Amino acid sequence: MIPGSNDRSLLADLPRLAILSLLGLLFLMPYIWMVSVSLKPLDEVWRASMSLIPETLAIDKNYGRVFREVPIGRYLLNGAIVCAGILVFQLAFALPAGYALAKLNFRGRETLFAFVMLGLLIPAHVPAIPLYIAFAKTGVLNTYAALIAPSTISVFAIFMFRQFFRAMPDELIQAARMDGLGEWSIVWRIIVPNAWPAATAFAIFSVVAHWNDLFWPLIAVSGKGDLATPALGVIYFRTEEAGDDFGALMAAATLTTIPLVAAFLLAQRRFIEGITMTGLKG
Amino acid sequence: MAGISLDGIEKAFGETRVLKGVSLAFDPGAFVSLVGPSGCGKTTLLRIIAGLESADRGRVVIGGADVTGRRAADRAVAMVFQNDAHYPHMTVEQNIALPLVMRRLSAMERAPFLGRLVSGTGERRAAIRREVEEAAKLLSIDHLMARRPGQLSGGQRQRVALGRAIVRHPRAFLMDEPLSNLDAALRHDMRRELVDLHRRVGVTTVYVTHDQAEAMTMSDRVAVMLGGVVLQFGTPREIYEQPSTIDVAKFIGSPRINILPGEAGAEGRISLAGQATDEVAPRAAGPLQLGIRPEHLALATEGLAVTVRHVEFLGAEVLVYGQTQTDGTPLIIRLDPAAWEAAPSRETVRVAPLAGRLLAFDAGGHRVGLISAAAARQVQEPAQPVVRVPRYV
Repeated sequence: MIPGSNDRSLLADLPRLAILSLLGLLFLMPYIWMVSVSLKPLDEVWRASMSLIPETLAIDKNYGRVFREVPIGRYLLNGAIVCAGILVFQLAFALPAGYALAKLNFRGRETLFAFVMLGLLIPAHVPAIPLYIAFAKTGVLNTYAALIAPSTISVFAIFMFRQFFRAMPDELIQAARMDGLGEWSIVWRIIVPNAWPAATAFAIFSVVAHWNDLFWPLIAVSGKGDLATPALGVIYFRTEEAGDDFGALMAAATLTTIPLVAAFLLAQRRFIEGITMTGLKG
Repeated sequence: MAGISLDGIEKAFGETRVLKGVSLAFDPGAFVSLVGPSGCGKTTLLRIIAGLESADRGRVVIGGADVTGRRAADRAVAMVFQNDAHYPHMTVEQNIALPLVMRRLSAMERAPFLGRLVSGTGERRAAIRREVEEAAKLLSIDHLMARRPGQLSGGQRQRVALGRAIVRHPRAFLMDEPLSNLDAALRHDMRRELVDLHRRVGVTTVYVTHDQAEAMTMSDRVAVMLGGVVLQFGTPREIYEQPSTIDVAKFIGSPRINILPGEAGAEGRISLAGQATDEVAPRAAGPLQLGIRPEHLALATEGLAVTVRHVEFLGAEVLVYGQTQTDGTPLIIRLDPAAWEAAPSRETVRVAPLAGRLLAFDAGGHRVGLISAAAARQVQEPAQPVVRVPRYV
């Protein structure tokens, strides 16, 4: 590109970039504030004159306290196990279901799909109490299974994959049938390898949602169990350990977000590809 | 190599009857085209042969075996699709190999790492690789083996599709307008290549197309379909010269056949747009539709007067577009350039059909047989010997 034209376009873009930066900062503000507080000593947090940059750093005090008093590493590991478990099952169920609803001709397919869509209308909170009772009676509360099982079937994922697969040419699947592939082989050998963009986009939604989920872990895991997910861990820390030590609390919160931020930065390009391709918005 | 026979195939999608009882028999090793305008049922018929659709009624027999109820994979036929049907995540080599991998290796042997542990997998994989290479060489795509379908041109992709069909050594190839997505020059080359390939491989081929020129140039036999029925099944020459109905005559041939009003008069003598001809329809009377191919009209001193509207010089021939002066029916005449040079006038010409080239159709569009006036006289003249039947009773 000619350097001159580049300069000019940058100049023309300036107002746009300024507005975008301002909005970006606005959205980032709570996060930046959280990080800022996590670095400050307590007296500075309560000071009336607010400043973003800490005068004295209290990293050791705040973060040290988190590491000393709660098993934060364990919470992060729990989060990873639960999110991975949920995602694996969601994909294992939703990919074949989406394929069947998109490409197989069977009686009642549209009715079945209508029921799936109805599932989208039911908020996660509605079945919480029946599930709790069922889990309590079968004795699976306070296990990973209790954390993972209720989320293994994602209606949203079935819907999303169905839409994605519908756009795939029928001829691809017919060619596969003529090549001697059974329906399972078609799903795992042809459909899934081509569904990676959609699967990646869905994976990010799923992991973010369940990493940050507080509602169900709060119900399914009782006491000060070793099964707490990151969000639950922060809550425990607030009520039992930190009291009103906001510096330490924010340090814990910052720590729980680090894996997600890191994952997002690594997969940024794929994430954006996935969203633009499926036409979905967060 | 196997013959294919279809027996009373019927198919409806909801209320629409797409195929209304189609029966055809294709010889082993033949190259047969199903041709017709879009919506005539030709693709549905091909998919029924392939096993991708099931017929409501009728039987499909391939190589003597009734395969009507069998799955597509068990019919040992290969199909080349109109649109790209390659696996986008696999290389060309993997695309061509997949049908063999699925057939020859068990699920255990196909598994990514476990497969290595099963004895004999290595040899079988090597054999597959050899056969894939052979097929690729036949189609001269062996230098593209490591590419993915997305990195290939349209022609190369169709070649890969052919490779995937050939490698299985199927009993028949089914092709659904495989050239329609290619540009004109490439289409022409691929036509020749397909015919050449068919000659070398010798497998029965059923080729669906809406392009009559493709069907005529490539096939041993052509089935012309319209509205879910086969109007005519014959060699390209039969179809062109002896069309069974007016629809076949109109569909086949470029430029289109001329259709003029005519009449069978006294003793079946045919008149063409008011001009007497030398043809007789022994079994018809009253108004007829007369078809005459553009190259079967010749300049004449007397005959049908035609006003010339437009002339196309094509080098080897001249196409003259005009209208009859009697009722303004559009007419195309295909002439030798020398004949056009010699024409007395460029505004109005007189034309007459070549002897024996007129095609007559009745009100229902069916072909009516014509004979020359001289032949008609011979038929009438010999006196019928009177046979006396002895009366025994």
